[in-house]
Amino acid sequence: MAPLLEVQDLTTRFYTLDGIVHAVNGISYTVEEGDTLGIVGESGCGKSVSVLSVMGLIPEPPGKIAAGQVLYKGQDLLQLDQKQMERIRGKEIAMVFQDPMTSLNPVLTIGHQIGESLIVHLGMGQKEARRQSVELLDMVGIPQAADRYSDYPHQFSGGMRQRAMIAMALACSPNIFIADEPTTALDVTIQAQIIDLVKTLRDQLGMAVIWITHDLGIIAGLAEKVLVMYAGFFIERGSVDDIYGDPRHPYTLALLKSVPRVDRTSKERLAVISGLPPDLLGLPPGCPFAPRCTYMVEQCRKENPCLEPIGFGHEIACWVDVTTGRER
Amino acid sequence: MTRYIIRRLLQTIPLLLIISVILFVLANKMGDPLASFGGRRRIRSDDRERLTRKLGLDKPILVQYAIWLVGNDWMRVDIDGDGIPDEYGTRKGVLRGDFGKSFMEKRPVLEIIRERVSNTLILMLTCEVVILIFSLLIGIYSALRQYSTLDYVFTAFSFIGYSMPIFWLALILMYIFAVNFKQWGLPYFPTIGMYDLAVGRTVGQIAWHMVLPVATISIMSVAGYSRYVRSQMLEVISQDYIRTAYAKGLPERMVIMGHALKNAALPLVTIVGMDLPLLLSGAVVTESIFAWPGMGRLFWSAAQDTDIPVLMGILVIISALVVIFQIITDITYTFLDPRIRYN
Amino acid sequence: MTTTEVSWEFFEEEIERPPLTPAQVAWRRFRCHKMALVGVGLLIAIFLYVIVGAFIYSEADANRTDLSITLSPPSRDHPLGTDGTGRCILARTIYGGQISVLIGLSAVIVSVTVGVLIGAISGYYGGHIDAILMRFTEAMFNIPQLFLLILLAKLLSGKIPTFKLLGRSFSGSVIVIIGVIGLTSWMYLARIVRANFLSLKEQEFVTAARCIGSRNFSIIFEHILPNSVAPIVVAATLGVASAIINEAYVSFLGLGVQPPTATWGNMLDQAYHHLDSEPWMWFFPGMLILLTVLGINFVGDGLRDALDPRALTQTE
Repeated sequence: MAPLLEVQDLTTRFYTLDGIVHAVNGISYTVEEGDTLGIVGESGCGKSVSVLSVMGLIPEPPGKIAAGQVLYKGQDLLQLDQKQMERIRGKEIAMVFQDPMTSLNPVLTIGHQIGESLIVHLGMGQKEARRQSVELLDMVGIPQAADRYSDYPHQFSGGMRQRAMIAMALACSPNIFIADEPTTALDVTIQAQIIDLVKTLRDQLGMAVIWITHDLGIIAGLAEKVLVMYAGFFIERGSVDDIYGDPRHPYTLALLKSVPRVDRTSKERLAVISGLPPDLLGLPPGCPFAPRCTYMVEQCRKENPCLEPIGFGHEIACWVDVTTGRER
Repeated sequence: MTRYIIRRLLQTIPLLLIISVILFVLANKMGDPLASFGGRRRIRSDDRERLTRKLGLDKPILVQYAIWLVGNDWMRVDIDGDGIPDEYGTRKGVLRGDFGKSFMEKRPVLEIIRERVSNTLILMLTCEVVILIFSLLIGIYSALRQYSTLDYVFTAFSFIGYSMPIFWLALILMYIFAVNFKQWGLPYFPTIGMYDLAVGRTVGQIAWHMVLPVATISIMSVAGYSRYVRSQMLEVISQDYIRTAYAKGLPERMVIMGHALKNAALPLVTIVGMDLPLLLSGAVVTESIFAWPGMGRLFWSAAQDTDIPVLMGILVIISALVVIFQIITDITYTFLDPRIRYN
Repeated sequence: MTTTEVSWEFFEEEIERPPLTPAQVAWRRFRCHKMALVGVGLLIAIFLYVIVGAFIYSEADANRTDLSITLSPPSRDHPLGTDGTGRCILARTIYGGQISVLIGLSAVIVSVTVGVLIGAISGYYGGHIDAILMRFTEAMFNIPQLFLLILLAKLLSGKIPTFKLLGRSFSGSVIVIIGVIGLTSWMYLARIVRANFLSLKEQEFVTAARCIGSRNFSIIFEHILPNSVAPIVVAATLGVASAIINEAYVSFLGLGVQPPTATWGNMLDQAYHHLDSEPWMWFFPGMLILLTVLGINFVGDGLRDALDPRALTQTE
């Protein structure tokens, strides 16, 4: 049977005044039912664009999906017209965005915004949608849900707004739930609550989750499979244990070193990755990480490596074996 | 809320005083107010002296302003110039609703203005409706189909539209739809007045006479407004919450009508609120060209005749309306935008 | 998996090259703005018309009346026809254009000077000065501009005599119109500059300037003002367009520049009487106004996009 979601060679570009931005450069991954997939990377590495492409939410122009397929239950979403895509979005695949402050319409009530999907996708009447919306708000842990139904977004705190966003996304029991850095804009304590909430709901509803973040710590307790993204490429893929226990790409390695950990002695200095992420306007011909890489060899400047398996389900895109420091 | 409204109203008092002082000084210095006092007749010099004193034109400008504002019926006026006050003045002052009498027509200013207001309102409200409909349609379409052929066409037309002097546009429209249409034997539009004297003041006549002036004003305004609606709409549809709405799988129509339009329309309320009082002033130029007997034309003829009371009446009423409409707009805003609550 | 056409050397060069200055970035964006380029083209054409044209037709041609050829339609001798006193319309649009453009530019200098001064002082000093200046600005802002134009134009008309400059005589009304337009269009700019100053004066670089003992004058004009240049440039550019239009309005109402000095505006003031029989009399000057203002508006729009830090970088 075909996997729930299969992304193949997805390539998204933005045609801007300053040149062509290569935001996503031929990435592939699959999501099985009930899977939890983590996509990790620095800001601006193309994580968000990669999932927005799946949802068909790339603004065109300036954006354009230049190549690839997005197979949902065997059907290529990129070939669907607007009408067909509307039936997928929110119903089959739902998404929660980074900034709960700006992701809710300021002039419509929270309840109205949740009820909309119920009316559109499930054909509910106003009354039924209202009852269901209150139930959803209750489910995501909004106290006095019935009273808060007619509140406006500005009357909600950041964490509550993100809960409302989640309620909105879950309204039609989607098969895939995409979370695009949903906790980045929130306080640390609220972050943990939101993550717990998603975990609980995932187990309860049995949906697949794609969680995007720049925070390796979040992924560790949440995902089974992890994808590390850099400059629009996947550079390492593996199970949580592979990535955290046995990272093989210099970038993943550097990322992990830059995460503060309580189990290390405080004398150790936190590592930083020198330099800046590459300008996606003009990528060098070789490995995009080469200019910042401490393991760089001559080959890195010449050719960009492809993802190659190095173990069961563990793949990296690197010319170097970081355990030996020599070319593979 | 009540406190906010009261505070705003109190703030308008000094503002209106400053505006009226500026206008009063400018209007009184712009020419000889007695030049056209007697109509075609020349005024004899002793008459002139008497009139000057009677109207208080010999006094310092700020004293004149004070009289204009609060009247002179509580003090005696020296009319024969012997230094002894003779009789009580007759002016009640603007604060008590007396804008004085027109120098030209010798009738109360408010009466003259009242006759013209309805004509201007007929013309301008029609314009406003036409303008709003077209600029919303064009603006929304252009924003949603940005960089489409039609968007480019609208953009080109709106740039041309607001790069023209309005009277030149009026001349072009007149030349095509009145002069040429007549030559070609087509039904042609009238270019002067509100109705045919032979037919009388009927609805059909007024509508028929209104076509060209309304077209002139509307083309100019739609050019500007539609660009504004377009940029507002573009700004709104690039917002995160619009992406959220799409992500929910709402059809485009629902996203635009249900989510985008309300946000985009809010700033439009401000602009319309600021323009509404200006409607009353009418388009001075357009009304003059089309000989439409409204406030704009009244202002222009009063300016030519240096009929200061009429000028001041129009100017002050319009300016006061501009200020008051700003407050009304701000209050309307609170009802439309749940985020704003004035304290 | 490689998607690039750029060589490694180029990439390294890219890294080492210093980042573009804001002016360079703006220029790059401006160059890509098609409408702005059309605008520049239009303006160059207009400039050629009024300057090169002056070598072909003398000012005497523009003012020579010939009662034997009044109101004649376009012909070989007078390609744009003649007016009511037999003057050549083509020659008049050339010299009138010079005056109209001169009025547009000078009026903007007046309005920018007044607007920037009032806005800067108001925003920088705050307090009572701000309160008084802004009340005044607001008051002026609330009076419809055309009313102010009419009042001021009538107030000042005939106050300045004809004068000679560079061997040409100018009607004093040129100065009056420049002043009138300049003095009725500074309010918007004053508000922008004030808002800019209010936010900038609290920033560290101003505090730093104060700490090293800079005088208020130098802080206002050397430290803060350069940061507000972008909106001022845009407003000034668009201001030239509206000044030219306003000149036309004032002239149309008979309060403009007095003959014999021609402007595009006062060539139109008799237009109404020649609506049906002599369209060439009003069509050409109006068309020149339209093209000039259109060109300026295009350029202004391009400048706004180029100078706006939030502007979308977008093509096609």
